[in-house]
Amino acid sequence: MASLAVWKFASCDGCQLSLLDCEDELLTVADQVTIAHFLEASGDVLPGPYDLSLVEGSVTTSADIARIHRIRDISRVLVTIGACATAGGIQALRNNADVAEYASVVYARPEYLDTLATSTPIAAHVDVDYELHGCPIDKGQLLDTIAAVLVGRKPALPAHSVCFDCKRRHNVCVVVAHGEPCLGPVTRAGCRAICPAVGRGCFGCFGPSETPNGPAQASLLQITGMSEQDIARFYRSFNVEAFAGLAGDE
Amino acid sequence: MTAAATAPPQFGNAAVPVPYRIVSRVAETADTVTVELAPVAQALPVFEPGRFAMITAYGIGDVPISLSGWHGNRPVHTIRAVGAVTRALCQAAPGAVIGMRGPFGTTWDVSSAAGHDVIVVAGGIGLAPLRPVIRRVLAEPTAFGRVSVLVGAREPAEMLYRDELRRWAARAQVEVIVDRAADGWTGPVGLVTALVAGADVDPAAAVAFVCGPEVMMRSAARALIDRGVPAAAVRVSLERDMRCGVGWCGHCQLGPLLICRDGPVVNHPVAAPLWDVREL
Amino acid sequence: MVMTMVDAVGDKGMTMPDAGLTPFTDGPARLIDMDGLRRLVDVLRDRGYTIIAPTVRDGAVMLAEIDAADALPHGVRAETEAGTYRLRHGHDDAVFAHCAGPQSVKDFLHPSRARLWSADRTGDGAVTTTGPDRPAKRLAFLGVHPCDVAALAVLDRVLAGPEHPDPVYTARRDGTFLITAECTEPSATCFCTSMGTGPAATRGFDLALTEVLDGGHRFLARGGSPAGAEVLAELPSRPARPADASAAATAVAAADAAITRRMPAESLPDLIRAGRESPHWDDVASRCLACGNCTLVCPTCFCTTTEDVTDLTGEHAERWRVWDSCFSLDFSYMHGGPVRVSTQSRYRQWISHKLGTWHEQFGTSGCVGCGRCIAWCPAGIDITREAAELAAPRAGNEPA
Repeated sequence: MASLAVWKFASCDGCQLSLLDCEDELLTVADQVTIAHFLEASGDVLPGPYDLSLVEGSVTTSADIARIHRIRDISRVLVTIGACATAGGIQALRNNADVAEYASVVYARPEYLDTLATSTPIAAHVDVDYELHGCPIDKGQLLDTIAAVLVGRKPALPAHSVCFDCKRRHNVCVVVAHGEPCLGPVTRAGCRAICPAVGRGCFGCFGPSETPNGPAQASLLQITGMSEQDIARFYRSFNVEAFAGLAGDE
Repeated sequence: MTAAATAPPQFGNAAVPVPYRIVSRVAETADTVTVELAPVAQALPVFEPGRFAMITAYGIGDVPISLSGWHGNRPVHTIRAVGAVTRALCQAAPGAVIGMRGPFGTTWDVSSAAGHDVIVVAGGIGLAPLRPVIRRVLAEPTAFGRVSVLVGAREPAEMLYRDELRRWAARAQVEVIVDRAADGWTGPVGLVTALVAGADVDPAAAVAFVCGPEVMMRSAARALIDRGVPAAAVRVSLERDMRCGVGWCGHCQLGPLLICRDGPVVNHPVAAPLWDVREL
Repeated sequence: MVMTMVDAVGDKGMTMPDAGLTPFTDGPARLIDMDGLRRLVDVLRDRGYTIIAPTVRDGAVMLAEIDAADALPHGVRAETEAGTYRLRHGHDDAVFAHCAGPQSVKDFLHPSRARLWSADRTGDGAVTTTGPDRPAKRLAFLGVHPCDVAALAVLDRVLAGPEHPDPVYTARRDGTFLITAECTEPSATCFCTSMGTGPAATRGFDLALTEVLDGGHRFLARGGSPAGAEVLAELPSRPARPADASAAATAVAAADAAITRRMPAESLPDLIRAGRESPHWDDVASRCLACGNCTLVCPTCFCTTTEDVTDLTGEHAERWRVWDSCFSLDFSYMHGGPVRVSTQSRYRQWISHKLGTWHEQFGTSGCVGCGRCIAWCPAGIDITREAAELAAPRAGNEPA
């Protein structure tokens, strides 16, 4: 039986919890794979190598770098899960800031910290087979990816815009019909367009689509009354590093 | 009613794969296998040379694969592992059931070359769809003129159908060339296009069948035409992504062509102006 | 492993609506009022149809199943411009006076997601394959504007051809009942007059209605097929007087006159062919988000991709077909990478197919002039304007 390992780097655990959230399917998952390493679920750990490793979180310390290389070595297929692992996460806001200053504001004894100046995605350090984007990831994409890896299929992980999914599920476009600010046209699909489905604009939690057009998107946002600064701030969230080119703060 | 059912019934429908069993599997090279298929129950119509099947690895996906031969009444396909689906098909053992849809697309129309000299130019896996052309032409030596078979491969180990090439050489001019030589290779090194000059045929009276990577087909066709083969007598087999095989999905468009329907085999004057447009 | 085929649908083809078909005429036009329209919905429902009609949802006219004519968008107008769409609630009770929302009949006949087949490995190693689901409902479309009736004829040519009829489409299309509403309130993004598809209804419908507000809310009704005439005969109606017919004709003529957006008058396939290497593609690409909206709202864009899925056991496999778009990189993916990498090439593919190569592939234009791609493009890119820009250097003048 194929073995599954789940690993955590700098992250909030939310994406790992997506696996536990697969309540209806979790027993089937457990029937089809040996959950060999998943500390969030169980303290029992089986030794590697592992057929499938799901990696959550970003690399923020030198110890992380050594650990991710080791994990890569013992994983047949390595899949990163979530905005932290695929883009550096919201903690990558520090990449363009002074980490020492941040640390001094947050921690009483910042000298105990041993941290890198940047938060980087897993793929910046090792080869990654598939990336599940999102903050958090989509449960359906997670299950399809596990099923795909088990049978040797390439999982369906589209890189086109969220707009595809809005139209496929017959959402009314919040930009065209309501003049709402929406990052859907430059954001990768995969979330099933859940925000526009409830009438609010996309805020880009899946990161940039395959060929985002930053200037055209900026014109779109300006029409809604956003200033250049507003637009830059709009991009600075879970995928700040991945959106950096669009926000104009490379 | 604005529509009524009048068209004659089709066999099943073009969307649903028909189960076929792999009855034999031959490893041609490190990444390429030839499989002979037999219908589990009902058979698809006869595949003519040039036409293709959409072959399904259940649960993985499907891909267009041209016919590479017949064994009795069983279709034979040669598959190179380049992605998840082809990898699964290449790994499938005899006895495994795969899905077939087809036959789709245009044929090489070998019959119309009767009375002409024949030049076959193949690059890499492009020899597979041309094998039934060569077999047919060599099986009817009185119907066709001189036959020249020019085959290129990246390296000697990637040359398909090596035993058959040797057998063909008894009845036709067969020239092979590789991009990169390896130990023991005594033949020429270079692009298959380089062999066109030495084809022992009357170019003005020849029909050419060309299949391989697009860049190879473009240069080979140019070399053939430069040698005097009429452009309209140069046939090429085009390739694009396909999902349906029958014109529903739109993926295989090349300008005005739906390659699944208007191709894969087209005459050079159809393909050439489209190849000249970048990112078409 | 033994496989058997079970219940594969789609062995039925269908006749293709002929562009040159002589319109069915069934005597003089009748007149129905709002009660007649209500009755129409009841009659269709009694005949077993599921009725799909315009309704208001989330600030747009959306197509939905209705039980009664009350669900129609009474008094609703849609104001559109490139990249914007706003509903206005008017002072009258007009029900068909809105231009195209983001949906069309395509959404129902060529669904955005459809299962093509499923395969199961059974206990003894055999596998059974099941074809696409046969829809339980027969659909009646109420209030389809003539541009969208034309779009349906285009889809018929693409998906219901005699050689390989698409089983998903034909199973839904076969037996539909189509009630067109002649267009009396075009919007600023409409250009059906350039494409020869409206605002008048000439063919392809079972029943045609022309909504008249001037002198009392009423509908001129004409049968377009024997089935349409039969339904019309069941409605409370009276013969249309010359004044009614004239009021209806005036309303449609006014719509015709109100449509000012134009495609260039020259041959669009020639224009597209000549424009393959135009520098204008760079200009479009600077504005284009490659988001795909234009293709997804287009009533004729039919492109799809497939997704193969398995359950976690791997014993059950399915293939799903989902709407795709030539704006995605994956659309032109070959081993080695996509063919159309630049946005220039992807926009060019779309407009070239729509206005040019569609003719070679299917013997008709792919564009019906509904204007959806203009209104629902977040960036407000306008197909008529881009075509004019391509035409300008040829005509030696500036675009209008």
